[in-house]
Amino acid sequence: MIQLQGIIKKYRTDRIETLALEDIDLHVKRGEFLSVMGPSGCGKSTLLNILGLLDIPDGGTMTINEKEVLAQTANQHARFRNQHIGFIFQSFHLVPDLTVVDNVEIPLLYRKVANKERRQRALHALEQVGLTPRTNHYPTQLSGGQQQRVAIARAIVGEPDIILADEPTGNLDSQMGDEIMDILTTLNKQKATSIVMVTHDQLKADQTNRIVRMFDGRVVD
Amino acid sequence: MIYHYIKTSLKVLARRKLFTAVSLFGVGFTLIVLVVVTAMIDHLLFPTGPERNHARTLIVESMVMRSPDRGSSRSGQMGYRFLSRHVKTLPSAHRVSIFSETDSALSFVPTGKISSEMMHTDAEYWQIFEFDFIEGEAFSQQDMSAGNMVAVINQTTRRNFFGDNPALGQEINIDGQSFRVKGIVRDVPLIEYHAYSDVWVPITTYKSTTYREAMMGDFRAAILAEKSDDLATIKAEFQAMLPLIDFPDPKQYNYMNGGADTRIELLARDMFNEYDQAESSAAKLISIAIGLMVLFMSLPAINLININVSRIMERSTEIGIRKAFGASSRHLVVQFLSENMILTALGGLLGYVGAAIVLRMIESSDLIAYADFHLNFRIFIVGLGLIFIFGLLSGVYPAWKMSRLSPVQALRGGQA
Ligand SMILES: Nc1ncnc2c1ncn2[C@@H]1O[C@H](COP(=O)(O)OP(=O)(O)OP(=O)(O)O)[C@@H](O)[C@H]1O
Ligand SMILES: [Mg+2]
Repeated sequence: MIQLQGIIKKYRTDRIETLALEDIDLHVKRGEFLSVMGPSGCGKSTLLNILGLLDIPDGGTMTINEKEVLAQTANQHARFRNQHIGFIFQSFHLVPDLTVVDNVEIPLLYRKVANKERRQRALHALEQVGLTPRTNHYPTQLSGGQQQRVAIARAIVGEPDIILADEPTGNLDSQMGDEIMDILTTLNKQKATSIVMVTHDQLKADQTNRIVRMFDGRVVD
Repeated sequence: MIYHYIKTSLKVLARRKLFTAVSLFGVGFTLIVLVVVTAMIDHLLFPTGPERNHARTLIVESMVMRSPDRGSSRSGQMGYRFLSRHVKTLPSAHRVSIFSETDSALSFVPTGKISSEMMHTDAEYWQIFEFDFIEGEAFSQQDMSAGNMVAVINQTTRRNFFGDNPALGQEINIDGQSFRVKGIVRDVPLIEYHAYSDVWVPITTYKSTTYREAMMGDFRAAILAEKSDDLATIKAEFQAMLPLIDFPDPKQYNYMNGGADTRIELLARDMFNEYDQAESSAAKLISIAIGLMVLFMSLPAINLININVSRIMERSTEIGIRKAFGASSRHLVVQFLSENMILTALGGLLGYVGAAIVLRMIESSDLIAYADFHLNFRIFIVGLGLIFIFGLLSGVYPAWKMSRLSPVQALRGGQA
């Protein structure tokens, strides 16, 4: 589904240049649950950002469903993210001024969905992650695990083809982490949603279809 | 979608109480200042009371008179002789009134002492200045020629002398003279200073007739034109008349200078002490006033822009999140603008109410005698429009800038 070839990403800060990704080739297949592992600073988040069109690489080619995407405009990327991608961030990234259900509605805001239907779909997504009683709370009134479940509800509400999850269990205790894994696994199995998950946890990586290991900006093995 | 933006904006504003309060205060305060200041200027320049014919009225308030060698001079208000012979006769003038400075006059009544402002004037006065008669009428030309001891008084004077008893036709004693009350008018605000007084009596009731021969004295003149287009002609006639003045003793004084002014020109003449010239620097006064106004307004405006910019910068993570989930630059700009608009509208409401309260307070504080301010809706709308523009500029720029960041940059907090 998503094909990366010879992807390079550099960061320039002051006079130092960091090569965060060095010649990455990667193919994420439809319906695949993929985990990305590697030491801190090896470029996992950078890779995920590029997969999600949140950041543009400095070199290489990228096709989605056989279509070259790097030459497209920022607005085309925004539309693609909106229609096809769900994000789960390590630090949740919920909007603090919005209630749980308003947060979950965000992806649908940028599609032509009627107000009523938007609300229904958001409530349904919250039901799937078991948060129905908390819909009108604000993010700060929730535990870390609950916040991450809100983030998952937001990622799945638009029924994306692929979910990109950057250490979704990294900030949670092991029991919460297991629950989140269950939700993702179920989604992958039932809806055939592709998932790319960055994790430091070997046990969780073992539950996925395939593990990609990175070291120093490269895919190893 | 618009409905959603409004709803979300209100929620966000309700959540961020401190910020909302500061912004509302900013917008509200700016508007209050603007509306109150303009109401006062409006009141000063565009009276709605007796001086409501100001647009076709010229006032001769002061002149300079000099000796043949120009060494000795008198300046100030004019005498009856000059005004009646040379101003009253200007060919294009529709009506001309000669009226005195007001003078404090004392009355002794059983309950104590009453001090009133008293003006001596003529019958035409009542046709140039449109007083609001509650009872009775103005004194007429016949009253003048017959030397009738009659007076028009205002409401406050009526109350001081008569309480709740009937006043019309009754006698009042002022400065040792007795007058029959012929008319009662509504109080006039001090700022309409040619119509301002408590008691008006005919010039012909002066105890002595020496006033008639004076070139300089305590009198002023108001000239009403048929239409405002005639003002320029009248001014020209006034200037043409000056060299032809018939001086009673040309060896003592043989030169008079000055001009017939509109309201703003009169203000400028007093402000810059421009008495020995035909025209005052009204344009200069207007530019100074506009300059001060802009300076005054720019402080709250800058404050508002500052608040807006920091508010949007602070929400860079939210922008990043929304972008990640598909918001386009346009979506984000519209969102932040609608928040701005709602905030401005609420602030505007607050400013409107606040300005009304402040104006009412000034009115009732006796700061300006008998003041009657009108909350100028036109100015309010202009002010609100200006704030919307500030809000737009201050909101659009940072929102647009933030919306151009890549989603990762925005999520990281806005650094490139
Ligand atoms: N905005 C940035 N500016 C400069 N360097 C950056 C920036 N973001 C990432 N880097 C560098 O790029 C490299 C890869 O970073 P990345 O965040 O992808 O690592 P990671 O594998 O996700 O690490 P972690 O497991 O700690 O999250 C690191 O060396 C990092 O310092
Ligand atoms: Mg990372």
